[in-house]
Amino acid sequence: MPPTLLTGNAAAAWGARLAEVDYVPAFPITPQTEIIETLGGWLDGGLMPGRMVTLESEHSMLTAAGAAAATGVRVFSATSSQGLLYAMEMLYTVAGWRAPFVLVNVSRGLSAPITLEADHNDILAARDSGFLQLHCADCQEVLDSVLLAYRLAEDPQIRLPVLVNLDGFYLSFTREPVSLPEVEEVRKFLPPFDPMGIRFTASAPESQAVAVLGGGPYSYFRYETHLAALNGVAVYEQVAAEFTTLFGRNREAVESYRTDDAEVVFYMIGSFATKAREAVDRLREAGEKVGLLRPRLLRPFPASLIATALTGKQGVIVIDQNLSVGHGGILHTELLACLYGRPGAPPVVTSFIGGLGGRDISPQEFYHMVTVTRQAISSGTVPPPRLLYTAAELREVRKLQAIATVEREETAPGRKAADDTGAVQETADE
Amino acid sequence: MSEQRINRMKDLPSTHLLGTGTPMCSGCGGLEALHQIYDVLGEKTVFVNAAGCMTLLSVYPFTPFRGSWLYTAMASAPAGAQGVRDALDILQQRGDMGPQEDLDVVVLTGDGSAYGMGLSATSAAMDRGLDFIYICYDNEGYGNTGQQSSSATPHAAITSTSGGSRGYPGYKKDLFSIWAAHRPAYVATVIGSEPLDLARKIEKARELKGSRMIIALAPCPTGWAYDPKDSVEIGRLAVKTGVWPLKEYIDGQLVHTRIPRERAPVEEYLRLQGRFAHLFTPATNTAMIAEIQARVDRYWDEVV
Repeated sequence: MPPTLLTGNAAAAWGARLAEVDYVPAFPITPQTEIIETLGGWLDGGLMPGRMVTLESEHSMLTAAGAAAATGVRVFSATSSQGLLYAMEMLYTVAGWRAPFVLVNVSRGLSAPITLEADHNDILAARDSGFLQLHCADCQEVLDSVLLAYRLAEDPQIRLPVLVNLDGFYLSFTREPVSLPEVEEVRKFLPPFDPMGIRFTASAPESQAVAVLGGGPYSYFRYETHLAALNGVAVYEQVAAEFTTLFGRNREAVESYRTDDAEVVFYMIGSFATKAREAVDRLREAGEKVGLLRPRLLRPFPASLIATALTGKQGVIVIDQNLSVGHGGILHTELLACLYGRPGAPPVVTSFIGGLGGRDISPQEFYHMVTVTRQAISSGTVPPPRLLYTAAELREVRKLQAIATVEREETAPGRKAADDTGAVQETADE
Repeated sequence: MSEQRINRMKDLPSTHLLGTGTPMCSGCGGLEALHQIYDVLGEKTVFVNAAGCMTLLSVYPFTPFRGSWLYTAMASAPAGAQGVRDALDILQQRGDMGPQEDLDVVVLTGDGSAYGMGLSATSAAMDRGLDFIYICYDNEGYGNTGQQSSSATPHAAITSTSGGSRGYPGYKKDLFSIWAAHRPAYVATVIGSEPLDLARKIEKARELKGSRMIIALAPCPTGWAYDPKDSVEIGRLAVKTGVWPLKEYIDGQLVHTRIPRERAPVEEYLRLQGRFAHLFTPATNTAMIAEIQARVDRYWDEVV
């Protein structure tokens, strides 16, 4: 079947359809809504079996998703940003239930200020929840990852829910050619859901998700969940190998692009990695030995795969499309923890925050990050983390502030502006 | 609907299906009601629980239930019930599960969840016509954390967050009417001290389809500050004084199942409970007692 032009959202919906999901608890949120609208249309039109129910919140949606999975059906759901955080209590809860299902997150920056375009603070807020995480860079990968995610979630060694992440707007609303596998082919890869005794039936009563008292049993069950998640690295590699055999596409846990002889390597997740790939090609043409390392699998964290890929490199450039306020980039922190003390670990790891709220990263910025990192390698001094931000962007913000100030003066003369202290401006000037 | 089988006290089931030895307080009016409810509903049930006292019924590896149990979270037990119900339906439609394996889905929450945090999820479950039974054990406060006031707390009650000389300044929310406004299949109030009325209502609920909503007033020795031996007496007085009207909403009609013709003064109900002690010592607060009495009288004036 020739590739079809699909948005990332449609690719996610196709993933659910091809996985022959039984149940779709739903709640609309931009930029995810197209996924549930697409599935709703197919379900209403009889193009796929299954049942969809619209809940009154993402918190309830996740509760229904976990409860249905714990009753023994295959569940798919999708959300974004505020919705993922609204459901946060239930992310931890249903992971603790060991309820296997797939949740797609369409990344979008978090409020406040409220916004619509992508960054990864939403999905990374869920990194400690017990959900495994797959991160996509293009629309084909979205479809493929949904299928891979079911294999991971339902594996007897794992039995955990899985989040598949795609970036809002950049992938959710971008059409790319996507190969749709035949459902018979998918069935070879993904057999029907085996509930493995987590059903509720009259003849076999079950108590699920009961309380424990004291740290002893609590630690046991929490750590058992952690160990199950860790099994995910080996299981993912095996499942991805099967996937490659059946469908011909390489979906390794960590994508390495021109890293073999690279001296400096970009390290990042998500759709902006395609921009890095392009920058690597341009830099290679200019004689720079650079490459790109992109984890698809972020939970479990494939530490040794990443460390091995970076052994002997002179420098790593970590681009975080997220911000741990008061600390810095989350990927940067995790990478340092992964590399520390390993023989041959790169001596220089630079940190850049870029792409917050969908802010673009230009080719020049990729080249600039290499320059900065090269300087750090030769000087032996690693610069502090920095925000990718241009003078032109600052000027645009200044214009908005000027309008706001004029409007305030016109409508409420003499009222002191909140930022008249200059604190915001001074920080931005640095 | 089939004919009711429970007509007299001697028709009440004596199966005592719910196990004993739970961590509920002695004299727990909620557990008293649950014992009776479980005897009628039986073990072909899955209880979907929200955070509250009764979360501690099932503590690994023990449970007093012979049927199934799923603990969810404080706000979303009805959504958990939705997921379980839908999954059970899907499995049956697909032929993966015979009808003999089907379960009644029963939400079990306290008033903290039912009147407050879980109300949105409950409202939506009724909007969708979810086929389930909701049991709220209403002990009129956040009992499991030491009886802070909730929106189910009655006027003037002392709680651990309304300890002043006038007690709780608000008025108990009319959850029955809020639920009934959704026009679900059934809404009823019950109390453990009136077992025949309770059993008849639970039996009726069991035989209906759709959202069936039950509020059980749950006298609470620890939260209401009285001797556990008085739980049944306090429950009876709640009905006799007209403080807790026994009623049901069915087929669009509101029916009072017990109309106390000669209502006892509310004072008799209040006096037994430490949470209202400030109305009687050091001096009787006749004005506040009269206000409480007037609200009860006004309610019944509209009914009768």
